[in-house]
Amino acid sequence: MKAKPIFQCRDLKIEARPWAQEPIEIVKGISFNVFPGQVVALIGESGSGKTTISLAALGYTKPGLHFSSGEAILLEKDMINLDYEEKRLMRGEHVAYLAQSAAATFNPSLTIGEQVIESALLHGALSKETAEKRAIELYLALELPQPYMIGKLYPHQVSGGQLQRLMAAMALVEKPSLLVLDEPTTALDVTTQIEVLKAIKKVIREEKSAAIYVTHDLSVVAQIADHVVVLYDGVIKEQGTVEEIINNPKHSYTNKLMAAVRPTPKANLIEQSVLESEHSNSALVVKNISAGYGGTNKRTPTKLVLHDVSFSLNHGEVVGIIGESGCGKSTLARVISGLLPASSGQILLNEKELHPSVKNRSLNELQLVQFIFQMADTALNPRQTIGEIIGRPLTFYHGVKGKKRDEEVREIMRLVELPDAFMNRRPTEISGGQKQRVNLARGLAAKPTLLLCDEVTSALDTIVGANVISLLKKLGEETGISFVFISHDLSTVSSFADKIVVLYAGRLVEQGTVQEILSPPFHPYTKLLINSVPELRVGWLEETLKKQSTEVGISGTVEMTDVGCPFYNRCHIKIEGLCNTTSAPLTSSLSGHEIACHHLDMALLE
Amino acid sequence: MWIMAARRILIGIFLIWAVSAFIFLITQILPGDAAELILGQTATDASLEALREKLGLNQAWYTQYLNWIYGLVTGDLGVSVAGGSTIADLIKFRIGNTLFVGGIVAVISIPLSLSLGLTAAMMPGSMIDRVITATTLGLIAVPDFFVAIFLILILAVGLGWFPSVSYLRGNEGFLKSLYVLTLPIFTLVLVVSAQMTRMTRAGILNVMSSPYIEMAILKGIPRRTIILRHALLNSIGPIINVIALNLAYLVSGVVIMETIFAYPGLAKLMVDGVQTRDIPLVQACGMIFCTTFVVLILIADLATIVSNPRLRHPK
Repeated sequence: MKAKPIFQCRDLKIEARPWAQEPIEIVKGISFNVFPGQVVALIGESGSGKTTISLAALGYTKPGLHFSSGEAILLEKDMINLDYEEKRLMRGEHVAYLAQSAAATFNPSLTIGEQVIESALLHGALSKETAEKRAIELYLALELPQPYMIGKLYPHQVSGGQLQRLMAAMALVEKPSLLVLDEPTTALDVTTQIEVLKAIKKVIREEKSAAIYVTHDLSVVAQIADHVVVLYDGVIKEQGTVEEIINNPKHSYTNKLMAAVRPTPKANLIEQSVLESEHSNSALVVKNISAGYGGTNKRTPTKLVLHDVSFSLNHGEVVGIIGESGCGKSTLARVISGLLPASSGQILLNEKELHPSVKNRSLNELQLVQFIFQMADTALNPRQTIGEIIGRPLTFYHGVKGKKRDEEVREIMRLVELPDAFMNRRPTEISGGQKQRVNLARGLAAKPTLLLCDEVTSALDTIVGANVISLLKKLGEETGISFVFISHDLSTVSSFADKIVVLYAGRLVEQGTVQEILSPPFHPYTKLLINSVPELRVGWLEETLKKQSTEVGISGTVEMTDVGCPFYNRCHIKIEGLCNTTSAPLTSSLSGHEIACHHLDMALLE
Repeated sequence: MWIMAARRILIGIFLIWAVSAFIFLITQILPGDAAELILGQTATDASLEALREKLGLNQAWYTQYLNWIYGLVTGDLGVSVAGGSTIADLIKFRIGNTLFVGGIVAVISIPLSLSLGLTAAMMPGSMIDRVITATTLGLIAVPDFFVAIFLILILAVGLGWFPSVSYLRGNEGFLKSLYVLTLPIFTLVLVVSAQMTRMTRAGILNVMSSPYIEMAILKGIPRRTIILRHALLNSIGPIINVIALNLAYLVSGVVIMETIFAYPGLAKLMVDGVQTRDIPLVQACGMIFCTTFVVLILIADLATIVSNPRLRHPK
């Protein structure tokens, strides 16, 4: 590319100045260029400074940080040295920002349309009519439903994936020369991620804008970037074209990142780990569970979320529960733990029936089932030390106190690979991955036979997440605990679980061993999930989008229907007149596992 | 949203009813009755009986309660024990006075405190912000009667600009009344605005750290617009509630103020009623105060519901 770069980052340094302390350098001299029409990916784990660097393009630093030296030149202006008013005129019009969580970045009190065109109006860039017309063009280009109406809605009235695309529209209204995208798909389901990636890629091409794409996910980078900058601890480790980095990484850190990318779930890659277990008795049996929310009587919820779900789990086994957000995964975990009493059905732990409500379970029953929540940040009391957090269940369930308790706490901390010195620290003083370990340690301290893990790796970045998974594997082997492992990420689940249960709209659509789930016959929904996991190679996105099953699958959204198959509106092989009137029962397929589909095995094989 | 609003209104009505029952109950529990109070200790049994008959005190308690409620609703509150004039007339005069001062204070202090709070929030840490937060904190910390006496000392005694006693005969013109009332109004504006200013500032700054405000900054929205559109809309709930509480205070909580300035307001009437053991008067004033509180809080609640788009436009 011979054109002049749109954006140049020259020896950029940013530091944090904690109160009354020496400044800490966060970004240590970064230089890179963005040329017109080019997508540059900044990749690294959390704490690498990638978001901080990307915000320099807007002349902005998060509170507490400030630019110490270097330049961030956008369209020949150094964004760092502009005054507030000059920066304000550049932002929105020449450089636009897309944040990670659209749900938090839209103002809940204003309509979407107002917010999309607001910047253009205030900059005087467009008149109200032109801005509205432009917004509708973008809604159409981003394939949003009801493009003429959606602007009049409030943010809470549309889905997460739609909101993410609406934020892209908001960024593009003024045709900025540079887009800064900060992990725009990280918080999304795989299927929604495809939908958003597709829209963003298309719009960047059509609008011929340049972009800085911040992410920790190499597979996503492979789909969208032209040039990749690998960051670690505020330093560039390697940069080059996407082909160079993906196919021929030079730096050891890039290799480490590549290694942390979970292999795409393929049946033949996974070793058979099925324990044929006729004699071993089951650790957990979930029988015909239905549950929901609302209503005054717990036994008759007004909104049913889980419909007639059954599965079982042997001692020492791991069952993965998979499905998109809103399909009832977390509800299922809440039902097993008794936090949400089931409206009907039975839960058997070690072949004894558990009371549906946690309030009526005995101390011993409570001790045997432990819940690990997704957000360690909110699940740990910030005022307690790590030692207190882990020690509490020891005292509560086992009456262990004093020195003995400290000893046991240290033992558990060693089990989750935390240094003893952490005993006296508080959750705010340790990293996200370490917090998740503490969260896990607290569950283990109760000495349960069953751990319910609700999306425990979803909030962590690739490398840290991979470490937590290997820790879980080790714990499973050492302690013989059974796991219910909930995730929306099929590759994580298949690398860890023995069995998989696929949920869709609160119904069980397929279950079997990992091997069975990942090889044909597939339920059409399982197939969509498998196809949606991004692969670490250039061109994967285009290939996947060509598949009919994906095309139909990502165009629809989850509908909670009571009539017929819930997946009807997103299925590429639906049968009119049958699938939309009668729901399919779970039946044994050729390979012996259970699928709820009207199709015979043959149609599900491909 | 309508169901929620209707529920709030029903709760409000229930609260007012509960308050009326409570007030009635207390006067029933008190030893002695109105007849003994009126006639004093020297009364004969016969005259007591005759007065009881006249006041309806011999009827069953529920008939008395219903009569009282009926009287409250129709404005027939009976005759004051002390003065002999009807309670309705007494209250009418006093409530007019109270609302006059309260209204003027509200008209001045609400816009004043909102703009001061917004100004402070727009420039956190600046000189203006520091002056505003320090002054308001001082005003809240110092008791209101102290503020009043301080102002009297300077403006009335020292400089002699305004009268220190705010007695109105009822035939003064608007401007003359305003002049006479300058000191109490000034005092109340200071006291009430301090709280509302701080709440506005805190409410705005609380949402200023939200991701959508950061987004607005990164969209190149001017700071003024960010505060007025993005932040104010989302912090309106607590602000309205503080305004409502302060308005209620202006009606019922200004007893000390009325005493200091010898201003014949409703709160002082109630205190006088307590001193003269004028139970029907105290009951009526109590009902008015409680109803004002409940109604104002209800309005604030409804405004909070209406200002929330999640409730206005359900999925």
